[in-house]
Amino acid sequence: MPKLSIDGKQLEVPEGETIIRAAKRVGISIPHYCWHPALPVAGNCRICMVEVEKQPKPQIACYTPVTDGMVVKTNSPKVLEVRRAVLEFLLVNHPLDCPVCDQAGECKLQDYYMDHGQYDSRLADMKVKKEKKAFAIGPTVMLDQERCILCTRCVRFTEHITHTHEFGVFNRGDHSVLDLYPGKKLDNNYSGNVVDICPVGALTDRDFRFKCRVWYLEKTRSICPGCSMGCNITVEWDKSRPHQFKHARVMRLKPRHNPDVNSYWMCDKGRYNYHFIDENRILEPQFKNDVMSWDKAIEVVADTIRPIIQANRADKIGVLASAQLTNEDLFLVRQLFKETGAQVDFRVPEKPGEGDEFLLKADRNPNTAGALKIIGTDVQAEEILKKARQGAFEVLYVFGADLVKLLGTEVVGEIAGKVKLFVYQGSNINETCLWAHLNLPSSVYAEKDGTLTNCQQKVQRLWPAFLPLGEAKADWEILSLISEKLGKPLGYKNSSAVFDALAKKVPGFAGMSYEKISDSGMVLS
Amino acid sequence: MEKIITRHFDLPQSHRLETYLKDGGYEALRRVLTGMTQAQVIEEIKKSNLRGLGGAGFPTGMKWSFIPAQNPKPKYLVVNGDEGEPGTFKDKQILEKDPHAVLEGMIITCYAIGAHKAYVYIRGEYTKSLEILQGALKEAYQAKYLGQGIMGTGFSLDMVIHPGAGAYICGEETALLESLEGKKGFPRLKPPFPAVVGLFGCPTVINNIETMACVAPIISKGAEWYAKLGSEKNGGNRLYSVSGHVEKPGVYELPLGISLREIIYNHAGGILNGRGLKAVIPGGISAPILKAQEIDVKMDFDSLKSAGTMAGSGGIMVMDETTDMVRAAMIAARFFAHESCGQCSPCREGSGWVYRILKRIYEGQGQPRDLKNLPGIVNNIGGNTICAFGDAVTMCVGSYVAKFREEFEAKIRNSIRDDAIRP
Repeated sequence: MPKLSIDGKQLEVPEGETIIRAAKRVGISIPHYCWHPALPVAGNCRICMVEVEKQPKPQIACYTPVTDGMVVKTNSPKVLEVRRAVLEFLLVNHPLDCPVCDQAGECKLQDYYMDHGQYDSRLADMKVKKEKKAFAIGPTVMLDQERCILCTRCVRFTEHITHTHEFGVFNRGDHSVLDLYPGKKLDNNYSGNVVDICPVGALTDRDFRFKCRVWYLEKTRSICPGCSMGCNITVEWDKSRPHQFKHARVMRLKPRHNPDVNSYWMCDKGRYNYHFIDENRILEPQFKNDVMSWDKAIEVVADTIRPIIQANRADKIGVLASAQLTNEDLFLVRQLFKETGAQVDFRVPEKPGEGDEFLLKADRNPNTAGALKIIGTDVQAEEILKKARQGAFEVLYVFGADLVKLLGTEVVGEIAGKVKLFVYQGSNINETCLWAHLNLPSSVYAEKDGTLTNCQQKVQRLWPAFLPLGEAKADWEILSLISEKLGKPLGYKNSSAVFDALAKKVPGFAGMSYEKISDSGMVLS
Repeated sequence: MEKIITRHFDLPQSHRLETYLKDGGYEALRRVLTGMTQAQVIEEIKKSNLRGLGGAGFPTGMKWSFIPAQNPKPKYLVVNGDEGEPGTFKDKQILEKDPHAVLEGMIITCYAIGAHKAYVYIRGEYTKSLEILQGALKEAYQAKYLGQGIMGTGFSLDMVIHPGAGAYICGEETALLESLEGKKGFPRLKPPFPAVVGLFGCPTVINNIETMACVAPIISKGAEWYAKLGSEKNGGNRLYSVSGHVEKPGVYELPLGISLREIIYNHAGGILNGRGLKAVIPGGISAPILKAQEIDVKMDFDSLKSAGTMAGSGGIMVMDETTDMVRAAMIAARFFAHESCGQCSPCREGSGWVYRILKRIYEGQGQPRDLKNLPGIVNNIGGNTICAFGDAVTMCVGSYVAKFREEFEAKIRNSIRDDAIRP
């Protein structure tokens, strides 16, 4: 393995590695626009030039492989001069409309100008006007050709990652423009990623545009709940300006790098599936359409269940859990219901979605693998629903599934009339809420501390971005309150404690803890 | 002086196979195919000191020897006929007057490097050349100099002529390969060099038309004969395209050691209308300009390099004393701004910016600080790009400003001063 020195730091890296990657290993970030770790090298922006001893000219760090004994300088006067020169060229025709540009605050032109530019303008000439300014190129993305620095990241993304070939660079010289090929629209399931990789404000997100200046955003690590892939994401939110956007807290989702799961990407289905976090939520417990306190609501459940369990007739309780729930939530379902003999299943009989060959999976539940381990499959959800309709249950406890959508109003009305207590525990209002006797508000994933197990059997951590909306509580917390009311306190202080208990009890999770799972996740044993 | 490249130019019907055969045409090929090994051919070319006549002057034999023999992929020969360098029109003459010399050179080259497919990338505007070359290709196929089992030997070769679409950058060898592959003509990152990863990812030799025309004579008359014709490291003659303010513009075949003064005054008839000389571009528009007192320089690759300019494509553009050098610089810059492929940011944005500044100065809107800024801006382009186009902008425009500074200063002095508005 070649040994080299970068800015005086000695290091040894694998054969053939480029200078920019080697520098990253020792914490040196070389400015770059066109280079992206997941895309082929283009070498066109020229800002990553570094000085290599014995080379007459500066070399591009993104393409030059390291050699043994190489001495690299990333901050010499010569390098800084080249960087400043490249920035000056990139800004010659770039509009200075930062105050009205949505990229401001996360723009690499701004960032590097502050780090390396800061020169007095030498430009006394008109900028080149380009034809198309801010126009929609598909359902999710806007293009501003004048802001484009032609790094071709988006071109290479649609060429090598999605293989959809929407983008091209047209014309020559300083009249070059980024545009779609004739007759094309940017309408693939990964289109939002081009906004993430665009280093400037050329490609902006139609969903996010002008909603919030990025410096107001708080960022929380999370897992996309949209399908069983469990793409690592960042929930970006803002609570400081509640007058905006109907009190919405979440402004956008961004993919978070995980080489084993989603690389740098996420699909559009997942990316734009966040409005439910702040819209149409169940805000407080409701009993037969009347608001009720949590104490009373828990009491209603406990008082109904207690005599059934005491009479050893727990099989009169039907529970429709969900693979939308976290491992922790499901473990409480197991402890409270499954272990007392209730009929429990999580496989809501819904039609699977359409998957693709990249990230989106047909199973739209983020935790099917976890539920299989924790709940198992000895009872059929369809059987539970059939029995409920036949009047075989005294209690039906549903987690999040919209039964009306699945079975129709008539059937659900019939079920509601046949059971003594029909509990709906979920985060958002749907038609099933109208039929349930008791609605218990639960928190959404962005409000939860917990873990999900993806289709690769990887247990991944999500962190709470903010407190639950209204009086909503985490599902495990609600179940733990019921258990306590039943005289069986479980004593979990937080979800981490629930997970520790789960790791001890459920095979596959043995030896895991939040600490060990950390950012990268852990595969079930 | 013995003519090599232009030896058939004055014959009637010089482009026909009949004419070519009368003068010992395709005899060199027969010698190669029947009596020489691949290594012997390469060795002969090496000894001849033939250097690439497209502009860079790279030793041809060495270029051929870079083709990895062990590589199992097919090998290709690509001949660059995209003559786009302003002031250069010699390949056009060869293609139209002696296309079979090019074809014979190509077949010998393919034999030497083990290629069975060759391409001629011809400038799109050269419709007449294209037509004549196509005719020659047809004749060569009919006479079995191309196709299966050439001249009854086991060697086979197919040849394709591909016209370009009018982009100057496609004369850059890797942009040419991209274009030939059907893509936008963007120069490639190097290494790998075409000898290893070239056309369709295979080992490829890229040579100029004129270089190809020299191959058969070298084989026929011997490497020593050819090497003796030129200077020490630079064998043979080359074609100089002379244009501008001379009495007899045209293409001249002359030995490489000749001086620029001799070409202008002894061959091209001196300056038009007896006027005085102001400046000369010695090797196509990319070459730094020379002042009148610098024209005693010898015209081989190394001497011109020492003089701070380059031999380039041999396109000599002569400017007499009436020439407005600011305008000349502006026109050169306009060409570069128009032809920059737009891949690398310094060249894409810089070439246009430089043109806009020069245009402003020419139109009488110059400011004193323009002359202060221009050299710095121009210098920031060269050396910072994927291909040599950026270097050409730097060298060319930079040389006008450096050598004729007083003309720029005068233009700015006489400009409408708007310092009051823009301090």
